[in-house]
Amino acid sequence: MKILKYLLCFFLLGYGLAVQAQIPKAKSGTFALTNASIETITNGIITNGTVIITGGKISALGSDAKIPEGAEIIDCSGLWIYPGMIDSGSRLGLFEFGQASQASDVSELGDVVPQMRAITAVNPNSVSIPLTRVSGVTTALTVPEGSLFSGTASLINLHGYTPDQMYAGFDAVVLNYPRTGRRGQFDRRTDEEIQKTADKEIARLNEVWEKATQYHKLDSATKGKMQYYPEMQALLPVVRGTMTLMIDVNASKDIESALKWVAGKKIKKVVFSGVAEGWRVADAIASARIPVLTGPVLNLPARQYDAYDKAYANAGLMKKAGVKVAIKTDSRTMNNRNLPYNAGFAAAYGMGREEALKAITIVPAEIFGVDDKLGSVEQGKSATLVVCDGDLLETKTQVKHVFIDGWQMPMVSRQTLLYEEFLNRNPGLTKEK
Amino acid sequence: MQTIKKIFQIIFFSALVHSGFAQEQKGNLLIRNGNVITVTKGNLEATDILIKEGKITRIGKNIQAPQDYRVLDATGLFVMPGIIDAHSHAGIDAINEATTPVSAEVNVGDVLNPFQVSLYRALAGGVTTIHAMHGSANAIGGQCETIKLRYGVKDPEALRMEGAPRTIKFALGENPTRVHGGGGIVPRTRMGVEFVIRQAFSQAQEYNTLWEEYNQQKQQKGFRGTPPPYSTRLETLSDILKGDIIIHCHSYRADELQMMLKVCKDFGIKNIVFQHVNEGFKVAPELAEYGAMASVFSDWWAYKLEVYYSTAYNAAILTKNGVTTSINSDDGELMRHLYHEAAKTQKYGGLSENEALALITINPAKQLGIDKRVGSIEISKEADLAVFKNHPLSIYTVPMFTIVDGVVRFDREKDPDDMRMYIDPKLAVDEGYSDGAKHHADNCMGDTGKNSMRLFEQNLDEK
Repeated sequence: MKILKYLLCFFLLGYGLAVQAQIPKAKSGTFALTNASIETITNGIITNGTVIITGGKISALGSDAKIPEGAEIIDCSGLWIYPGMIDSGSRLGLFEFGQASQASDVSELGDVVPQMRAITAVNPNSVSIPLTRVSGVTTALTVPEGSLFSGTASLINLHGYTPDQMYAGFDAVVLNYPRTGRRGQFDRRTDEEIQKTADKEIARLNEVWEKATQYHKLDSATKGKMQYYPEMQALLPVVRGTMTLMIDVNASKDIESALKWVAGKKIKKVVFSGVAEGWRVADAIASARIPVLTGPVLNLPARQYDAYDKAYANAGLMKKAGVKVAIKTDSRTMNNRNLPYNAGFAAAYGMGREEALKAITIVPAEIFGVDDKLGSVEQGKSATLVVCDGDLLETKTQVKHVFIDGWQMPMVSRQTLLYEEFLNRNPGLTKEK
Repeated sequence: MQTIKKIFQIIFFSALVHSGFAQEQKGNLLIRNGNVITVTKGNLEATDILIKEGKITRIGKNIQAPQDYRVLDATGLFVMPGIIDAHSHAGIDAINEATTPVSAEVNVGDVLNPFQVSLYRALAGGVTTIHAMHGSANAIGGQCETIKLRYGVKDPEALRMEGAPRTIKFALGENPTRVHGGGGIVPRTRMGVEFVIRQAFSQAQEYNTLWEEYNQQKQQKGFRGTPPPYSTRLETLSDILKGDIIIHCHSYRADELQMMLKVCKDFGIKNIVFQHVNEGFKVAPELAEYGAMASVFSDWWAYKLEVYYSTAYNAAILTKNGVTTSINSDDGELMRHLYHEAAKTQKYGGLSENEALALITINPAKQLGIDKRVGSIEISKEADLAVFKNHPLSIYTVPMFTIVDGVVRFDREKDPDDMRMYIDPKLAVDEGYSDGAKHHADNCMGDTGKNSMRLFEQNLDEK
């Protein structure tokens, strides 16, 4: 009888473990990733190297890094280590699926709503988040969309149970720069109508900015005793140059207009996003020293008469002109996991592999001011890493491990679970007992 | 009298010119020393391909080019069969006849447009044949047209792939229920979709019987009856029942796939290809058993509820369960890098190189019923080929040449900035910036909007 009881206990314990094994969780601790090729991004390639992860950071790396006692050793023979990729344009956490307003928190009402903060609406349990990180994209800028000042974007790491745990230390007020030109061949407005609309929209932008500068002066004069004025309060750090203004702008004329506007208003921290026609005015962007977050690379040319590969070549052409270029997916179909392929196409169409790789790692980290933590494999930086079996940009490459801030991610997403369940479905055609 | 003669002359000459244009151009070409990926018969290193009048006549080493043959040096390059896109809306000027749940009488072949620059852009991605499809607004949509990307021809007729089997679009799920059910017309639910399709087939059966009876009675001496009313819609539907038209059925969810399989079984329909079929992986054994085929996206999902439970492993699961599977675009941008989309099946499910390439060549050819003519590099097949800088499945590859019927239609080294064929004299030089990422002009729900501005500005995620 006693034996039976023991057996039962044993069985239940085993059962409990089995259930637990089916719900994989992230794991923290001390890790030693050994025998790897390490593409550091900032300091070349280390062959047969080791990365030590302690307390969420890269505590040591190199071919002679000492393995601390008690470290979990992960043999990375034949594998490559890269920094986690950063997608500098996404809807991650804000958007679940399309064609249902209830499933999207991307766009708030109003044309001047910088006080709408993406980070407050990020759903840490969105299905897209594990799906994106198991492909090695560990960090993403999540961006509210809309008209004019559509909100405040936030950088998030793709791991955590609350938005606070995910927050990666960067925010930017989003300005969707007025589209001053014709909007494609189906735009049948006359030139006068287009000009009139453009003038009106620019006037609106100037009016808002003027108000924000006045608010800043009054706020300084009253030592912060101004009455509640949420949108102006949200613009304050941008006016004061402590927060970045992210200007979404694409057509070449609009880019030129935006460059003039930024110079005229003497705005200190500016980054351009989109910049689909940057190649047409690359020199001007370069001399203004405004960095860009461009993408998607896998996109059509913006005009019928443009060469078929202009969107593929855009990032490389801007880089060649001296612009600081980060690449983003800006995916509408929640395929932020395709970031390495956007970089790969840019690489193949003129940017070169090395620069393309930087454009999804160290360059966005620098633009967001988080390069002390992210963007390269360096001692002291956050252990936000990808371990894969080949070139990170190559399509067939399999990602084997992902670490975010030293946490080892479970390598599952709903899409991998469906694969495991349905590859050899049971029951198959007939349901035998 | 003189005038009549002149008119006759004009008609005669214009007919002559017309037939001249309509004739497809077929090239004589030698492709020398390429890494040839045949897809059906293995890979051949440093091999020549001889093309005579648009067809592959020899594959081997050290082939000498006959006089007047163009020679293309493919040393170090990769030659594969031209890519076939089994789901596109390029090359046509209208997509949806959205006014009725059953529109089998219409045919996108009537609105071919050879001037669309999207055809050239697809060529620049190694695509040679596309299935130009009716949209997904109706449970039973219009007939589709298989066209070859002979970009440069100005006669719409010259785009057709002559002799390709007839195909028709069906659509299940959210699109037909939204378009019609939303306006108070059945179907509003998936139950309604099944009913609409069964009703249409039943009416076609009755129609068929009426005509068969009439045709029999007509043989009898002294028969004086009148023929039954003629209906293009019911003619088309009864051609489906006779097996003369392949159904290409827009579908997503596993339940609706099983519903459609049952409908096909009940009406004796064998030729069915499911399009998109994001949940095909859930019913892969059922699809395989029936012989139904699947044409899928590599990784698109989440653009609406019925694709929320998708997996990028779909193509691999279907393939490994024995379903003839292809990867399609349904999109003017995606269409340009189907080779890259196919490569994703190596990542998601570990398909072999050849299995991956079959998804965009021989398999879509089977789905369109043109696999005897295109889809692989074999002697006597049509010379539709794509030549790449690196292996076509590598992210770093670049399509260098695309050849249709032995004619080089895309050459990266000789690729001017502006490849439009027709410039509207009234069109302003600056047509303006249009955001390619935020709308797709050619997709399944095109033309269902109230006006074109709505269609092109807001028709965002409606695959």
